[in-house]
Amino acid sequence: MSLAKKYPKEVKQILSKYPPEGKRSAVMPLLFLAQREEGYINKSAMQDIAEMLDITETEVAAVVGFYTLYHDKKEGKYRIQVCTDLPCALRGAEKFMDDLCANLGIKVGDTTPDGAVTLEAVTCLAACDKAPMFQTQGPDGIKYHENMTVDKTMELIRTLKNAVGETK
Amino acid sequence: MAQILLRHREIPDINKLPVYKKNGGFAAFKNAVTKMKPAEVTEVVKNSGLRGRGGAGFPTGMKWSFIDNKNWPHYVVANADESEPGTFKDREIMEGNPFQFLEGVAIASYAVGANVAYVYLRGEFWELAASLDEKIAEMEEAGYLGDKLFGTNYSLRMYTHLGAGAYICGEETALLESLEGKRGQPRVRPPFPPAVGLYGKPTVINNVETFANVPMILANGAEWYKTMGTADSAGVKIFSLSGRVRKPGNYELPFGTTFRDLIYKHGGGVQDSRTVKAIMPAGASSSLILVDNDKILDTPMDYATVRTLGADLGSASVIVVDDTVPMDWLVNKTVHFFKHESCGKCTPCREGTYWMSHLTERIHGGHGSKADVDLLLNVAKQMQGKCLCALGEFSTMAVVSGIERFRQDFDHAVKA
Repeated sequence: MSLAKKYPKEVKQILSKYPPEGKRSAVMPLLFLAQREEGYINKSAMQDIAEMLDITETEVAAVVGFYTLYHDKKEGKYRIQVCTDLPCALRGAEKFMDDLCANLGIKVGDTTPDGAVTLEAVTCLAACDKAPMFQTQGPDGIKYHENMTVDKTMELIRTLKNAVGETK
Repeated sequence: MAQILLRHREIPDINKLPVYKKNGGFAAFKNAVTKMKPAEVTEVVKNSGLRGRGGAGFPTGMKWSFIDNKNWPHYVVANADESEPGTFKDREIMEGNPFQFLEGVAIASYAVGANVAYVYLRGEFWELAASLDEKIAEMEEAGYLGDKLFGTNYSLRMYTHLGAGAYICGEETALLESLEGKRGQPRVRPPFPPAVGLYGKPTVINNVETFANVPMILANGAEWYKTMGTADSAGVKIFSLSGRVRKPGNYELPFGTTFRDLIYKHGGGVQDSRTVKAIMPAGASSSLILVDNDKILDTPMDYATVRTLGADLGSASVIVVDDTVPMDWLVNKTVHFFKHESCGKCTPCREGTYWMSHLTERIHGGHGSKADVDLLLNVAKQMQGKCLCALGEFSTMAVVSGIERFRQDFDHAVKA
């Protein structure tokens, strides 16, 4: 189903933000919308957006490929994106990540066997004073989790796994 | 001293419209629209000495005065892409004192004749964008946004726009590309945005903190603002303090505050009572300031004085590095960041960050030689002055200053 049919209100609201000559600006918010349900953007969604904005599919794909918050293949329903950049690393983020991997039994970049969670290392998230920290990216958008411990994180992951289990 | 930007720390609920209004909110905007000519508003900002808080420190009023009045419509864009490692001030402003920031955007829009303003937030600020959307809707309802404001002919609308994870979009022309729905790659300049900006139209882009200063300057006057800070750097600045300190966080202080006051008086000193080995005053884009004698810490933090230490104040994201940190590790970190964030448009940056990351990885991993350290320095210096935008330049800062000022750490890493 096309985005305009599936989310008529959201699509209309997005398009209303930009002037007619700047219609292409809507590509980024539309991609977030397309990604909402499955956590990734498939080819038909890219075609749909290209048609809606009078640009080529390649131009849409180029945007998907350039930005790290867009994904073009199915991975975990939720992504846990831990900042391991310099300021966080100075406050223990690397050890936090190692411990988290050990607890989950997966490596950075991997997805848990039930498909619930993908663990990723990311660059600065503007929360350097609250390390260790990460964001979750999932069907309900992006949320920050700051001043975290491995125990608190494992608890959160259990909640996420349950939520995914229930929707299956 | 009373807070000027982080007022939410002193006034509870100032992120709610009635409280903001009760504390003088939107009086400056109303006064500007109903009683001042746009050029007069720009003149006040110019006279205040306000300089851009995003890192470059360009005089704000002067930027506004460059807007091309022969080409219409005009746009104002707020740069809320805050992505420099070590910087987390804009987020606090937008969460704690959002209306002051939005009022600043509105005043700037009036000053340059823009009827539409966009707030470009990094994609990670998802929840923040939703909250700003609510604030913008409240402003519309209260008559601070919309058509014929305060009974005049001036109209203004404001929209948020989310990026999707790309440090380069903090560079203003890359931000514009991104806002236009393209990959965020910098444009060749000139022309600069006040001549050719969003959709090819004259555009003023400022950082969130810059905008947040504007209502206070309009309300209290340019002279008042200049009583704070130094002659070169007027006013207050939010210093984002991170790294090996006991109390990391944002500290709003006048320009000219010393590193020592920031780190010890406000930041509670260094963790485990270690000593400061190096300071990065502008986040990962900084040259490393070598702290080899105690006097360095007494340097006042303003644009001109920090430069005498061979570094830039930038966005004042002060990362404190203590004597337990090996510089080959640190430089490996910053280089990987820039390699990841290089947009790939220009060759020196795309290839340079790639090769530097191979070298820093090898050196830090204990597989390098002294010749690798020399080669790394050589690659970094070859990149300097040749990149399309500042990102490429920034990627070399920690490398060159790290090797030149902390050579022993690199020699130790390759000897082991």
